[in-house]
Amino acid sequence: MIFTIAGRELRSLFLSPLAWAILAVVQFILAYLFLSQLESWMLLQPRLAALESAPGVADIVIAPLLADAAVILLLITPLVTMRVLSEERRNRTLSLLFSAPISMTEIVVGKYLGVLGFFLILLALLALMPLSLAAGTDLDFGKLAAGLLGLTLVLAAFAAIGLSMSALTAQPTVAAVTTFGLLLLLWIIDWAGNAGSHAGNLLAQLSMLRHYEPLLQGLFNSADVAYYLLIIILFLGFSIRRLDADRLQH
Amino acid sequence: MSEQALVHAEHLYRYYSQTCAVNDVSFDLYKGDVLGFLGPNGAGKSTTMQMLTGNLAPSAGQISIQGIDLLDRPKAAKHAVGYLPEQPPVYRELTVDEYLHYCARLNRIPRKRRLRAIDTARERCGLEDVGARLIGNLSKGYQQRVGIAQAIIHTPAVVILDEPTVGLDPIQIREIRALIRELGKEHGIILSTHILPEVQATCNRVQIIHHGKLVFSDTMAGLEQRMHATSLIAGFHATPDLAALQQLPGVAQTEVLDAGRVRIRYLDASPAEALAELAAASHWRLHELTPEQHTLEQIFIELTCSEQPARLPGNAA
Repeated sequence: MIFTIAGRELRSLFLSPLAWAILAVVQFILAYLFLSQLESWMLLQPRLAALESAPGVADIVIAPLLADAAVILLLITPLVTMRVLSEERRNRTLSLLFSAPISMTEIVVGKYLGVLGFFLILLALLALMPLSLAAGTDLDFGKLAAGLLGLTLVLAAFAAIGLSMSALTAQPTVAAVTTFGLLLLLWIIDWAGNAGSHAGNLLAQLSMLRHYEPLLQGLFNSADVAYYLLIIILFLGFSIRRLDADRLQH
Repeated sequence: MSEQALVHAEHLYRYYSQTCAVNDVSFDLYKGDVLGFLGPNGAGKSTTMQMLTGNLAPSAGQISIQGIDLLDRPKAAKHAVGYLPEQPPVYRELTVDEYLHYCARLNRIPRKRRLRAIDTARERCGLEDVGARLIGNLSKGYQQRVGIAQAIIHTPAVVILDEPTVGLDPIQIREIRALIRELGKEHGIILSTHILPEVQATCNRVQIIHHGKLVFSDTMAGLEQRMHATSLIAGFHATPDLAALQQLPGVAQTEVLDAGRVRIRYLDASPAEALAELAAASHWRLHELTPEQHTLEQIFIELTCSEQPARLPGNAA
């Protein structure tokens, strides 16, 4: 049942030109970044070859690429998630789901998986770029895998936040603005507060970027993974509660 | 009745902050019933229907569908309900076939029976020719039919239709009414409308809701009884003698209207024949004699325009 809803969500995304446009634009921008990183690596390479334990292509090309990809997707996510629930509410199609024998959890998780499916497609296209380097050089697959896992988790968290904002309102644009604001805030929340202080540490713990960086360097820390999973569960739970509240109050 | 009620609603209340939209509504629906839900705008028809389909939680009260409590076991109960909201819940970007397929899956129709179910629903709602078209490109009437197809695709025991004939042309309205009557043979149907002839054409039970309260609930036969004429209008060119009229057998009351017209209320049998004879004998120059029919409209207006709605016998308590 969850997959029925997820499948329809994904199909609906691709029925509108939006999904194709997003895939094309993101791929184009990232390809440009990828090429420019690659070029700087080509310039550095003669000097790096002389160094002992020099940083490899994974550090100089792939990690910056994935870091940039997260920021670009932070801008794109609100556009993908904004209509997921708010448009159904606006078009009064939610009652189709409400009167069918399915639970709120199934609705929310189904919608979530649909959006996640779109992001995984985007991610697969993105991953082809670093993987193409494997043809010409020795790739550090461990680092690449850690980085891709990191980006997957970041996107999964973005999608959960976007979905819950979409559950809040009947206006897709409002959902988009609030999603963008919340994502950006969580991204830069550690800018305030000194690194050493108690508050600074707390804010750093909340920052999505801070949990993403270690994975980009190839450090797999279960606390970072747990952070993303917690965000996902929290915001999905919030969406379920919000949908349920539709039945209770108006 | 020993038969189990398809829908059993008990003391339903629904508040929107301070406003009470539905106030102590109780009723039962049995197999074979086509229940017409009448009421002016904002009377609480849609709210009641939303509660019956699990789209809205009642503030108080109980609903069970085929004996299954809707609030305790929503999934099991919703299996037996098909719902067409006021605005058909269709996805404009899907084709009719894709949409019905999705609905069939949402309602957990097993894969083997899915295609047959879709075919049946399409055929019943006259959608055979538009299967491959985008719903967004269809006319309002066809979208409405898609909405109805969606509601009956899993052949639920209870079909709840909120103003099903809105936006349809007269031919489609007739088709949909025929469809509703046909569905009513095997299912229990609740439909809301403010088109009164529609109720007379399709329903066998009527409930009128006003200010959230059920003010009238009766079978169509009982309603027809109430609609029987109890008065005559007689027009005379000469002034009649009211006292003589009053003497006619069965006449209860006379009332002078404008321009020589008199309304004569009677008790059992119509005094028309005796009245005509008397008028001819007394040279009152009778030129008009019409039995006054109570229409459903009159009953409706009587019930919904009075400040203090009278509770009528036959009300489900």
